Formats: sequence, C-alpha cells, structure tokens
Amino acid sequence: MIDAPKPSPSLSAALRLPFDPLLALAVVGLGVCSLVAVQASSPDELGSYYVVRQAAYFLLGLVLAAAVSRIDYSRLRELKYGLYALLMLSIVAVLVFGSVSRGSRLSIEFPFFSFQASELGKILLVVVLAAFLTDRSRRLDDRDTTARTMLLALIPAAVVMIAPDLGSATVYVVVAVALLFLVGTSWKHFAALGALTATAVALVLVAVPAVGLTVLEDYQKERLTAFLEPSADPADAGYQQAQSQVAIGSGQRTGRGEQATQTRLDFLPEARTDFIFAVVGEGWGFVGAGLVLALYALLIWRAIRVLTMAKNLFGALIAGGIVAMLLYQVFINVGMNVGIMPITGIALPLMTYGGSSVISNLLAVGLLQSIYAQGREASARKGRVAAT
Amino acid sequence: MIQRPEDRLPTISPRLALRIAVLGFVALGLFALVFFRLWYLQVLTGDQYLAEARENRVRELRIQAPRGDIVDRDGRTLVTNTQATVVSLDPSRLPQTERDLAATWGQRAGRREVLPKGQRGRPVPIPPIPSRELRGRFESLGRVLDLGAEEIHSRVIRSLAVVPYGDVNLAVDADRAVLNYLSERSGDYPGVEITQRYLREYPYDELGAQLFGTVGEISPEQLEQERYRDVQQGTIIGQEGLEKSYDRYLRGQDGVRRVVVDAFGRRESSDQMKDTDPVSGRQLRLSVDLRLQEAGQKALREIGGGLPGAFVAMDPQNGEVLAMGSYPSFDPNRLTRPITQERYEELYGEEAGAPRFNRAVSGSYPTGSTFKPFVALGMLQSDQIDVGRTINDGGSITVGGQSFQNAGGQAYGSVGLVKSLTVSSDVYYYTLGLQAHSVDSDPIQAFARKIGFDRPTGIDLPGEFGGTVPDEEWFNELKGLEQECREEEERRSCGIADLDALWTAGQTVQLAIGQGGFQASPLQLATAYAAIANGGDVVTPHLGREITDAADVTLQRIETDPARKIEFERPALEAVRQGLFGAANLPGGTSVGIFDDFPSTLRVHGKTGTAQLAGKGDSSWYAGYVPGGERPIVVVATVEQGGFGAERAAPITCRIMAEWYDVDSECSGGASTSD
Repeated sequence: MIDAPKPSPSLSAALRLPFDPLLALAVVGLGVCSLVAVQASSPDELGSYYVVRQAAYFLLGLVLAAAVSRIDYSRLRELKYGLYALLMLSIVAVLVFGSVSRGSRLSIEFPFFSFQASELGKILLVVVLAAFLTDRSRRLDDRDTTARTMLLALIPAAVVMIAPDLGSATVYVVVAVALLFLVGTSWKHFAALGALTATAVALVLVAVPAVGLTVLEDYQKERLTAFLEPSADPADAGYQQAQSQVAIGSGQRTGRGEQATQTRLDFLPEARTDFIFAVVGEGWGFVGAGLVLALYALLIWRAIRVLTMAKNLFGALIAGGIVAMLLYQVFINVGMNVGIMPITGIALPLMTYGGSSVISNLLAVGLLQSIYAQGREASARKGRVAAT
Repeated sequence: MIQRPEDRLPTISPRLALRIAVLGFVALGLFALVFFRLWYLQVLTGDQYLAEARENRVRELRIQAPRGDIVDRDGRTLVTNTQATVVSLDPSRLPQTERDLAATWGQRAGRREVLPKGQRGRPVPIPPIPSRELRGRFESLGRVLDLGAEEIHSRVIRSLAVVPYGDVNLAVDADRAVLNYLSERSGDYPGVEITQRYLREYPYDELGAQLFGTVGEISPEQLEQERYRDVQQGTIIGQEGLEKSYDRYLRGQDGVRRVVVDAFGRRESSDQMKDTDPVSGRQLRLSVDLRLQEAGQKALREIGGGLPGAFVAMDPQNGEVLAMGSYPSFDPNRLTRPITQERYEELYGEEAGAPRFNRAVSGSYPTGSTFKPFVALGMLQSDQIDVGRTINDGGSITVGGQSFQNAGGQAYGSVGLVKSLTVSSDVYYYTLGLQAHSVDSDPIQAFARKIGFDRPTGIDLPGEFGGTVPDEEWFNELKGLEQECREEEERRSCGIADLDALWTAGQTVQLAIGQGGFQASPLQLATAYAAIANGGDVVTPHLGREITDAADVTLQRIETDPARKIEFERPALEAVRQGLFGAANLPGGTSVGIFDDFPSTLRVHGKTGTAQLAGKGDSSWYAGYVPGGERPIVVVATVEQGGFGAERAAPITCRIMAEWYDVDSECSGGASTSD
C-alpha cells in the first residue's frame, strides 16, 4: 500500500492512494445492517420499496465517498466561504421552498429524492469550522476566536430551529464546541460558554414564556422531557419511548426474528427512521444490537485514528469534527431508543432510512478516507525524505 | 530538502494529545453506557418486555358457544338459539358513582324481595342519574337508540345490580343504520359495544315457559362456586329452571379467537395465532311430551277460565314428568330482549299473576280432600283402624264444641273406607282425625312425612316448595315466629299465628281433610299418588331424560335418585285404590261422568278436592291416575279459587289423560257439587 506515489497528482496516482480498510469495513457492515433492518421494518404489502431505495442511496453515497477520498481535502480550506454560503443557502431554501412533514419543514422535494439540507449542512459546517479554526490556530486565546466559531455554528442552528429541527441544531452546536475543544481553546472560554448557555436556557424556559413568546414548541418540550416518564398514550412522545424499550427488551439475547411485532405492526412509529436501532434490537436481540454498536465503535475508533495521523491541523480538525458529529448522533439516537435520552429526531448515522442522511454521512466517511490517504502519503514521503 | 509549511506534519502537541485522549475516553464512556443499558433491557429484563410485546399484539376475543337445545321426549325442539346483534354498554367505562348506585339499589331491592308479599310496599325507586355529564352521555346515546336517558339509566342500574360487571344490553336487533352509525362513531359513545350473540329462542312461545328458566352472565359469586370451576368470566350460564339444573351439559365451551393487532387495534392479515373453537352445548332431551304439554296448558287456560292454576302429568313408574304447566304463562322470547321496567311489571309482575312463578313446583297449597287417601293409609298402616271400619256419617261432627260439616251438607249414612273416598265423606275423616289426635305417635303426620309431604320431591328444577305437615311442634314454631316478629317490628300482630291458641283436636280434624295448615305443591301430590298407583315407590320426579348430541344420539342417560320404598299393607292399598276408582266411575262418585268416554280398559282412579283458604274462594283440585299397561300416568291439576274439584280440576285432568290415551272426549260430563 505504501507504494511510491507519483510526485504529480494524476488520476492513476489518485486511484493508487491508500485507504483505511477497517473504516471501510465498519461502513459497509453498517450499510448491510441498515438494509436488513429497513427490510425487516417494512410492511409486507410494501415489499422491497424502502430497501431498494436505501440501497440506491448507499451506492450513490459510496461512489461520492470514493471520489472524495481520492482528492486532497486540503483544497476545501480555500472554499470555506463558498461552503458556508452553500450551507446557509440550502437550509434557508428548505425553509422557503420545503415541504412540511409531521409539522416540520425539513426537506425540499425533488423527483425521486427529497433533499434534507440540514444533514449535508452538518458536514459543511465541520469543514467550514475546521478551516476557520485552522486559520485562527495562533489566536486561540483570543475570545474573539471562540465567539466567532460559536456564532458560525449558532446562525445555521437558529435557522434549522425555525424549521423546526431541534436535533440538527444541537449537532451544529456540539460540532462547534468539540472543535473548539480539540483545537485547544482555554478552559476559561468553555466556562464562559457554559455560563452563557445557562443564562440562555433560563431565559428560554422561564423568562421568555413568561412574557408570552414561544421558543420551544410544546411538542418539543414534551419530547425533551418524555423520557423521564414514558406513558401509554400513543399520541405522545412517551409512548414512542415506551414502545421502543419494549421492542428492544423483547428481543432478549438473540431476537425475535420473523416473530417481531413491535416494529412490524406499527406499535413503534417511525421504526424505519428514528427507531431503526429498535428494529435491530427486537429482531436480532442483544447479539444484533451489540454488533451494530461494535461497528459504530470501530467506526469511531478508526475516525479518531485518522484524526491522529492527519497531515495537517485542518485535516485533524475535520476528522475531529466528524468524530464528534458521529459520536453525538449515535449516542443520542441509540440513547433515545433504549430510553436514556430524550427524543430529538436525530438520525442514526448510516443506519436510518433516508437519502440525505446516508449520503451526507458517507461523504463524511469519504473525507476521513481522504485525510487518511493524505496522511499516509505525507508520512511516506517524509519517511523517504528521512531515508535519503 | 526544505519542506513547505503546509506539508509539514502536524506535530501532535501534548495539549492536542490530551484532548484527543479525553475525546477517546468520552467515546468509550458513552459506548459503555449504551451497552450496559442494552444489556439491562435485553438480557436482564427481556422477559418482561417480551410479555409486554405479546400483550400488545394479541387480543383475545371470546367466541360464544351456542347452548344446547332442549327437546321433548320425541326430539321436538322446545328451546333453541338465534343469533342477534346486541348493542351493549361496558360498565367499566361508566363512572364509579353509577356503579355504586346500582349496588346500593340492588341491596335495597333484594331486601324487599325476601319480605312476605303483603309487606313489601312500593318497589324501590331507581335513583336519579348521578351527574350531568352522564346524563348527556345517556341522552346522546338514547337519541340514537330511541330510548330516554332515564330508561338507559334504569337499565344500567337494574342490570348492574344483578351482574355488576356484565355488559348492559340496551338494544337487540337494532336497525342496520343505527348499528352502522354507532360503529362509525364509536369514539363518541364510549363503552358502547356491538356484538353478535346467541339468544335463546322458544319456538312454542308460552309452552312450558316456567320450566326452562333463564340464562345470563355468570356472577362473581357463581365464579367462586365449585360447580362453575372451569367457567370463564363473561360466560352465559343457566340462571333459573332447567337451564340452571342442566347447565353443565347445555353450556358448551366458549372459544377464544386470538388476533394479532397492530398499534391501532386493526387486525393483521398475517394472523397465525391458534384459535380455540367454541364447543356447542349438548342437547337436553326432556321426558315432556309436547302434545301433552300443549293439551294441558290449553285445558288449564280454557277450563280454568283465566284463574291461576297448575297441572302435573307424570309417569308413576319412574317419575318422568310428561307435562307440567302453570297459569298464567308468558312468552319467554320477550325476556331475551331488553324491556322497560314498566313493561316488565306489566307482563311479569304480581299484578299480572306472576306468570314466571311455576305453581306446579313452587306453589304451596292446602290440597283439600285429595289428601284423604293418605289419612286413610296412615291410619290403616299404623293399625289405628282396619279396612272394615264403618262410621255413621250424619252430615256433621262436633269436636271441642265446634261443628264440622260435610261439604254441601250431605249425610252419607254408614260409610266404610272405600265409600269414604268415593263419595268423599268429610265426617269419616273428621272422625279419623279426632281419633288420630288422641294418639301420641301422630299417625297421619307420620305417614304424610313418609310419603314425602314434608320435603321437596327432588325434581330437577330449582325453587321447589317442600311442603308443610302441621303438628304441635310446627304450631309452636309458628307461635315463636309470631312472638319474634312482634318484638322486632313492635307490632301488635304479625298475622303468623294466634299466640293464645293451642294445638287442639280441631286442627288434626282439619288436617284429615287436607286443611288446617297442611300445604303441598301439585308435584308433591302427584308423587304421592304415583306411590298409590305403583304400589309403594315414592319416585323422584324429573324432566331431564337424557343428554344427546345434535344428531339425537344418546350420550348419557340422566340418573335420578332411586325411589323410596313404602311397604303398603295390601288390603289397605287395595281398599284405597277401590275408593279412588269408585270416585271416578261409580254412581255417587265425586267425579263420576267426567271420564265416561274412556274405554273400560283404562281404569281411571281419581280424587277431587276443594280446598278452603281464609278470605278466598275454594280452590279446585283433582288427583288421578291410570295404572298398569305401557303408558301409566298420574295427573294432578288445581285451579286457584276454581270452585269444586269436579268443576275445573277434574275436567283438566280428564283432558290431559284423553290426550295421553288418544281418547276423544270433551270431559264435560257430570259435575258433583260435593268434593
């Protein structure tokens, strides 16, 4: 794999770039699990409708990821303004032209495809923030750096909140905080951020409602607090949580397979999307759910490794942002499936049915492979330099 | 070679390394958290969740098993089933206040039921609807079902008072449009259910109505009883009559349909659950003969002239009841559907003559002269008199300063045992009564008890009257009751007994002609006459003959208690039989002429009776039998306040016997004015 690369970048050279096979294995494994679970949760009368579409998204995403992995991500640093503009334009466009589904305006309908801008936005934001922080890596103690980084994340977060898409908004904020953390921002800044957040929360939950303004919709508050006491009313969020736990618990050690009912018979709404983990849990039990968790652990481990071997800070920060994004989404989604996290509508990366999510996450994996490839390339060159 | 800055490998600063390590540990921590939670859910508490998931998906629906038919001795259907759509109300969806009201009302109404008829006072009123919200619910439902809110409330109260958790039937066979409307708007009418149910159907309407009884949902008390050990809650069981006696055969076994449903309660097509099929009940074949039953009820209705009465026709050899009727009767088909309280009272209340009351089994009457043969047998069997004893009947006798006369005031002159029964000489029996009173062993009462007037006959119907044989002990008991009642109620008299009265000869004299506190049911009298007819077997009467399958194949014969044997002294029994034969056939006989159309091969024996009840007209009685041959029969008939025995009860008996032996007779000849 550490073949001598040609000094000038060409197509054949790009194809010969190395890639991380374990990372690829984790992604393909999750893809297979996703297809199996999507099929299991499909009503019989729909046949393979969903699974075929999900497979198509995966194929398209893998092609795009492969392409991305062969180019040097470092060029993206120059495009940061363009990428940020794309991010803002797309999520605003969704707000304006998007179609409403279950009370949220999350996507723009195209023929055969509905584009959920906030998903792609997560990747775009990681790249933009990584670029911004790389630029400012010598001025980290400047409060301005921290403030601007947060602002860059909070603006799109505020826009998707209008949709309303609370889940994506929190992803944006988490990514920003994680990148600030990795780049080495002082603890004092985090303390200040914490204080600000506490004040804001107090305002949103107490002061503003007191004057009669609505920031969080009632259903959002309900969803956020439902996991504290799941109830039996199918109309409320606690019902979903309770049914999800029943689904996963009833899977026991090896799952109910064909006998699965919770996820097949609509007891658990949205089994294909937000609660796909429950489908695995019910159908294949602790063995299946454990395997999926292990694949995610593999994915995160490889991503952290990519982070350590990036050839430059920009790459390390992109990898770090992706790690934070994946880890946060996996934890929140699985957490809400097993009943320890509130329901926030965050997708399970690479598992949840849906083109925007699958393709965006595969693009992220493509970026990781690119960072890996460039890192290996650089260290090989350095090694050779050292040798001569 | 100089490296350009951007190609320079990032030297991982200790600070970055630390923060990557922190990130790694955070990731590890989060994975561990989720992993252990998963372990807890699936491995440690998985069983619970699996049970919960199963409960989620499986709904158990009861499939009602049809009850077995009841057929007559020749297989003609008397009781069967019909399917009907029932609109009912699930009481668990009613407010607790309404259910509490029903319980209180039920207790008060129940207390009233146990009081003697005269002292019950007004029926317990239905309490008002407890809340405005419930009134609104009843009103909107009432508009659909064309019932008033008060009526629905009253049905709920009355139904819940009997079966506290049982569905309240509101309408049966409602209009298609009404059913559609209700099922489409089930959300607007909480607790309203529309189900297909089997209802009992009675093809011959009033025929044998008091025998069959009713069916209804099993009560919590019944659920705890040993005889209903394997009966599920919600099962329809026999609550009265034959339905109750033979419930375990008729009942069948309800089935269960387990359906897999989705979260919205819709049935899933991929339904692989095992159903338990309902097992229909067995068929009960009665000893009752439909034609005889029809003839009996017709005769009772026509000859009885609208007066209450009863008849029993029985095979004296084995106690098989061939026909049994009570007037007034009713159409049980009406009782399978909900009716208003007013309508119920109108049709089945005391004002309507309590048509559901089976007078043949539960009626308690002085039987008048029909008791005389047993007085004679008691005195003969205890050697107090012998068969040749004659008494000079001067038309009256004075006992303790009180004059007792023959009915109609006739004097029969020298009367022997045979003649005493043929002409029904009261003076003869007064004399025997007076004689018996002087004997400590109470020979009349002893024999009356021996032949069964002191106990239920053991017929396979609930609610049988056990009879009263008066003696000194009984008399003192009554006085004790009167005393108790006066003290408790603080009244001057309860009308049970005269505390100053003593057990005197006059009372035994009265007993000797079937009066003076003596009470028996028509069935008891029939059983006693059967013993005379068959030579000493006190049979156990029964209606149930055998249990068959739907194709009339016998599965099980119904066993009854063996007859009790009475050793009759032959000459005594023959003399009594002769007297009874004479009464129906010889000149001077009390029922002579009535059976004139019967061929001489059918030796009709019979005794008239005219029983007096204080303040009421005389009741007409007849007890007769035709012994021997292949088709022996014993018949007892009575018409309350129907006059002399020969006026109504004897012709009714005659009609029943005529039907039994296919004799063409009007049964109208003769009518003695003595009893």
